[in-house]
Amino acid sequence: MVDHINIFLKAVFSENMIFAYFLGMCSYLAVSKTVKTAVGLGAAVIFVLGVTVPVNWLLENYVLKEGALTWIDPSYADMDLSFLSFIMFIAVIASIVQLVEMLVEKFAPALYGALGIFLPLIAVNCSILGGALFMQERQYSTIGEATNFGISSGIGWFLAIVAIAAIREKIKYSHIPAPMRGLGITFVTTGLMGIAFMSFSGLNYAEAEKESCGDEPGTTSETGAVEVESESDETTMVYDINSEEN
Amino acid sequence: MSEKVKAPKEPLFSKKNKRLVVEPLDDNNPVTIQVLGICSALAITVSIEQALVMTGSVLFVLGAGNMIISMLRNLIPSRIRIIVQLVVVASLVIIVNEVLKAFMPDVAEKLSVFVGLIITNCIIMGRFEAFAMANKPWPSLLDAIGNTVGYGVILVLVSVFREIFGSGKFFGMTLFGDRIEGTGAYSVGYMDNNFIILAPFALFAVGIIIWIQRARNTKLIEEH
Repeated sequence: MVDHINIFLKAVFSENMIFAYFLGMCSYLAVSKTVKTAVGLGAAVIFVLGVTVPVNWLLENYVLKEGALTWIDPSYADMDLSFLSFIMFIAVIASIVQLVEMLVEKFAPALYGALGIFLPLIAVNCSILGGALFMQERQYSTIGEATNFGISSGIGWFLAIVAIAAIREKIKYSHIPAPMRGLGITFVTTGLMGIAFMSFSGLNYAEAEKESCGDEPGTTSETGAVEVESESDETTMVYDINSEEN
Repeated sequence: MSEKVKAPKEPLFSKKNKRLVVEPLDDNNPVTIQVLGICSALAITVSIEQALVMTGSVLFVLGAGNMIISMLRNLIPSRIRIIVQLVVVASLVIIVNEVLKAFMPDVAEKLSVFVGLIITNCIIMGRFEAFAMANKPWPSLLDAIGNTVGYGVILVLVSVFREIFGSGKFFGMTLFGDRIEGTGAYSVGYMDNNFIILAPFALFAVGIIIWIQRARNTKLIEEH
C-alpha cells in the first residue's frame, strides 16, 4: 500500500510528466487554449495511459525481457528481445488507441462525443510512449503498480494541461509584449508552474513514515546537492531544489 | 516511382529546393514556430554533447524516414498511414538506439528514454504527414535536413547557455576552474547557477529565444 501511495504521489507531483520530463509538450501547447478541450484531452490521456501501461507491462515481462519467454519453454531462458521494445510498444499503443476509439464509439457514444477527436491524436503523444518506457526503465514489480503508475501519470498530465488552459484563458486579457504573445508566454508560464511543482520533490510517503522521529530534511538535500555537481542527471537534480530555494 | 509524366528536369539545388533547407532555420523553425518536437528539445539540453547526439539521431531518423515514406507514398493506404509511419520510425529509432548503445554508452545512458521518444517526436510525424506524403524523395531529404538543422540550432543554443552557466563547462571542458577545490573563478566567489540545469529553466530559455526571434521578425507575432 505504501508503495502504491508513493508511486501515485511521485507520478502526479514530483515526477510530473510535463514539468519534470516535458513529455507530451506538443499537444500540451497545442490543445490548451480553452479549459473544456483541455479537460477532454486530459481525460483521454488518463484513460489511454491507464490501459497501455499495464498491457505494455505484460508484454515486457512475458515477451521482451531477458528470460521472459521461459513460460513457453525453459530453453528460452537466455532469449533477450528487449531491442524490439520500441516497435512493440508503439504498435501496442497505436492499436490500443484504435481499439479504444472503436469500443468507445460503440458502447459509450456520449463519451465518444467528448473524447472523439482527441483519441487519434494520442497515439503520437510522447507521454504515452514515455509512460511505457519509464515503466520499462523503473521495473515495476507487479501489474498493479504498473497500472497505478499509468493512471497516476495520466492524472499528473491532466492537472498540468487543465491548469495551463485556465491560465491561458485569463492571460488573454493581460498586456504582454507583442513578441511574447501566445507561445512565448505559455513557455514562461509553464516554467513557473514547473518551479512550483518542484517544491513537491522529496515527497516520499514511506520515508516520511520511517524517519518521522529522525533527521531534518535539510541533510538529505545537502547530499543531493553534492551529487548534482558531478552529475547533471534529472533524478539527482530534483533533490537539489530544496537547498536552492531556501 | 510511379511518376508517369516527365516533368522538366529540375536542378538539384533549385531555388525551391534551397528554400526547403533555409526556411526552417528561421521563419518556419520547427521548435519556435511550428511548436513541434518540444519534449526532447527541452529535456536533453543540459549539455552540448547530448544536444548534438540528439540532433544527429533525429537527422538520421528524419532523413531516412522522410525518404522511405516519400518512396512509399503512393503505396500507403491513407487509413492506416499513421501505423505505417510509426513502424518506419520505430525501426529507424531501434537502429539509432543500438548504435548509440554500442559506440556511445555514456551518452546513451544520459539520454535514457529520450532516444526511444524520437519515435513520437512530433517533428518526425509532422514532416511525414505534411511533406513526405506529397513530395518526391529528394525534396523530402532536403526538407528533413532543413528541419533537423532548425531543430538542432535551438537545441545547441539552449544547451550552450545551460552548460556554461549551469555546470561551468563547455563541451565537457571546465571553463572557470574546479568547483569542488575552489580554483579559478570559484576562488573569488563565482558560483554555478544550479537552477539553470533544472527542468523549468529550459522552458524560460526557449521562451526567451521565441521572444528575441519574434521581436526581430515582427511578422511572426501571434494574435493571442
